Amino acid sequence: MADMANDNLIELKHVRKVFDEDTVVVEDFSLDIKKGEFVTFLGPSGCGKTTILRMLGGFDVPSGGEILLNGDDITKLPPNERPINTVFQKYALFPHLNVYDNIAFGLKLKKMAKKEMDEKVSAALEIVDLEGFEKRNINTLSGGQQQRIAIARAIVNEPELLLLDEPLSALDAKMRKEMQIELKNMHKKLGITFIFVTHDQEEALTMSDKIVVMADGEIQQVGTPEEIYNEPANLFVADFIGESNIFKGKMVGKKKANFAGYTFDCVDDYEVGTVIDAVIRPEDFMITTEEKGQIKGEILSSDFKGTFYIVSVLSGKNEIEVHSLKNYDIGAKVGLCLEPDLIHIIPYDTSINHYEAMLGAYEVERGLPVQFADFSWDIDPEQIFPGCQVEDGVLMDAHGKVIETEGMIVDAFFSPDDLDLSDDAEAGVVTGNILSFLYVDDHYQYTVRSESEEDYVVNDEDLWNQEDYVSIIIPKDKVVYKIINS
Amino acid sequence: MKKSESFRGLLAIPYAIFLVLFVILPLVVVIYYAFTNGDGQVSFANFIHFWQSTKTIGTLLYSVAIAVLTTIVCLILGYPVAYVLAKGSFTNSQALLMIFVLPMWINFTLRITAMKEILTVLEGNLAYHPFMNTIICMVYDFLPFMIMPLYNALTKLDDSMIEAAQDLGATRTQVFYKVIIPLSVPGIISGITMVFLPSMTNYVVLDMVYNSTYIMGSLIGSYFSSYDWHNGSVISIILLVMILVVTLISNRFTAPEEQRKARV
Repeated sequence: MADMANDNLIELKHVRKVFDEDTVVVEDFSLDIKKGEFVTFLGPSGCGKTTILRMLGGFDVPSGGEILLNGDDITKLPPNERPINTVFQKYALFPHLNVYDNIAFGLKLKKMAKKEMDEKVSAALEIVDLEGFEKRNINTLSGGQQQRIAIARAIVNEPELLLLDEPLSALDAKMRKEMQIELKNMHKKLGITFIFVTHDQEEALTMSDKIVVMADGEIQQVGTPEEIYNEPANLFVADFIGESNIFKGKMVGKKKANFAGYTFDCVDDYEVGTVIDAVIRPEDFMITTEEKGQIKGEILSSDFKGTFYIVSVLSGKNEIEVHSLKNYDIGAKVGLCLEPDLIHIIPYDTSINHYEAMLGAYEVERGLPVQFADFSWDIDPEQIFPGCQVEDGVLMDAHGKVIETEGMIVDAFFSPDDLDLSDDAEAGVVTGNILSFLYVDDHYQYTVRSESEEDYVVNDEDLWNQEDYVSIIIPKDKVVYKIINS
Repeated sequence: MKKSESFRGLLAIPYAIFLVLFVILPLVVVIYYAFTNGDGQVSFANFIHFWQSTKTIGTLLYSVAIAVLTTIVCLILGYPVAYVLAKGSFTNSQALLMIFVLPMWINFTLRITAMKEILTVLEGNLAYHPFMNTIICMVYDFLPFMIMPLYNALTKLDDSMIEAAQDLGATRTQVFYKVIIPLSVPGIISGITMVFLPSMTNYVVLDMVYNSTYIMGSLIGSYFSSYDWHNGSVISIILLVMILVVTLISNRFTAPEEQRKARV
């Protein structure tokens, strides 16, 4: 009620949802939705998008944070008291009622006069293109027709907000395309705010004003379809939306980046020396002759996809995917060209693979114990205190001062290149499941989540699958330690 | 191909013999006795006697009263139990359901005897409330048969139906009357059939709680034990027709989705 000045219909503030006391499904979710917007929540299954929708609908109550509608707190309001309607994934039409009674269900509860109700129902049926279906039995309708009735049943109540929970997922490809366009037109005509949940990136890009990309219960990026596609905020978004080639590289000059073994002009300006990931869409490469190309390579394969060929080009060790309208012979030498504004630079996330650990008391026979969240091991104190010495079993620094290691907190860094994956649970020190993976340069970059919810990034040339249970081999002597406090 | 089919036909012979011997033949015998008199002549006198005698009509009404009351009480007691078991957030609702259904596995006379003892303690003498005691024992006996089909119908009810109704503005009570009850009608109907018909004929319960009033079952028993095959058969036929009618009515409600579709 405080700020009626802004035109936000919905404000989600630090919303959090925990199931069964310890399964965090949504973490610190904050988002504003304007009146009349078409917002899509996009993410892989289990990313928390449906949970957000259910909290907006009132079917789940947040564990923390608040939800405002027109500035009023509706966090704990039951579904029947919200001016919000939902189109359910499985339609959830009432089989004991005919089409008319299904659509009029909400109106009857409002005790609307029969004549007005008849008009509204037939108007709603007209919007979904099913005029004259009033008397039909729900079970005689096709999937697409049931879908339309479900939409009519929701919009007939003239809600301020319409929630759509993967409503097109049960339809076949052609019908889905048609419904996408129809929903978009309906949104324009009705002026109702739509929140649409999907895992289909193409659907999201086609329909939305604003896309909220989610992964792992958190927002990855919010933006227009163009922003999300052209300027992905991180590698997850780059990989999830559309196809991408990802190269690890470095800034080598003002708006000059080096990756894939070559230096390119680009439009993103980062400090020289910054480690970066360069994201390039397969359709943004131009294939030319070997001499003219900025990248030189050889055709590995060319597969017909209907409107284009997926051409795989081997350059050095890197396999580059290119979408081309022309077919190329396998083994042909080609060059690849890139416009500077088609190279998208993302600064490398330097926070990965840094873990806090606590030191124990030094013992001559054991060495220096280090306790991590997932495991512990004993190391040579030289790794943390270069030049240290041991006298009478006491650890001293180079100047002969005693070092009290017990309780000391250190930061340990495992380089993704040094780590290895194994399917033998006993082989490594940490076990976990593969959360996600990307193809970068010539290898896969895996994110493994351990039981204590720590994420480890591992570069590996072998192909593993999502959810695979793996153990991570960490070479003890390659770990870099830094003292945080003593 | 032909050979294996004819072999399959041979396999059906034992079942055909069984059907003839134990289903069709007894039915023919019952019908024969119902429509003949002591001299073996075709006669409707037995039927006319049934509908004219105040004694038999009284028995019919008393049976119906017991059956109706037992069914209503079972439904009122069983529905909330089935609902809570099916829709509540129990970690192991199957095990809880088993506890409710467990009495079905214990010998029937033992259960009624136990209930009889409890009632004797409470009432002092069972003879004061024969009708009420009969109902209590019948309900105790038949409750699991009501809970089971209701539970099955309610577990099949998709939660999204309930959420959709709430979403459209229905309060909890409205959701219950407008969605949950109508969608569990098949379960209610099959629960009623499971309880109504046995409670019309189960005269052992009446015997055990010293209720000397006759119900349909006791009437058949008394005719047959006095070698009056004709009147006993008539009552069997009347019950059979009643069962047939009730089944036909309930089938209309519980017809599978496809059939209902076809009817539109």
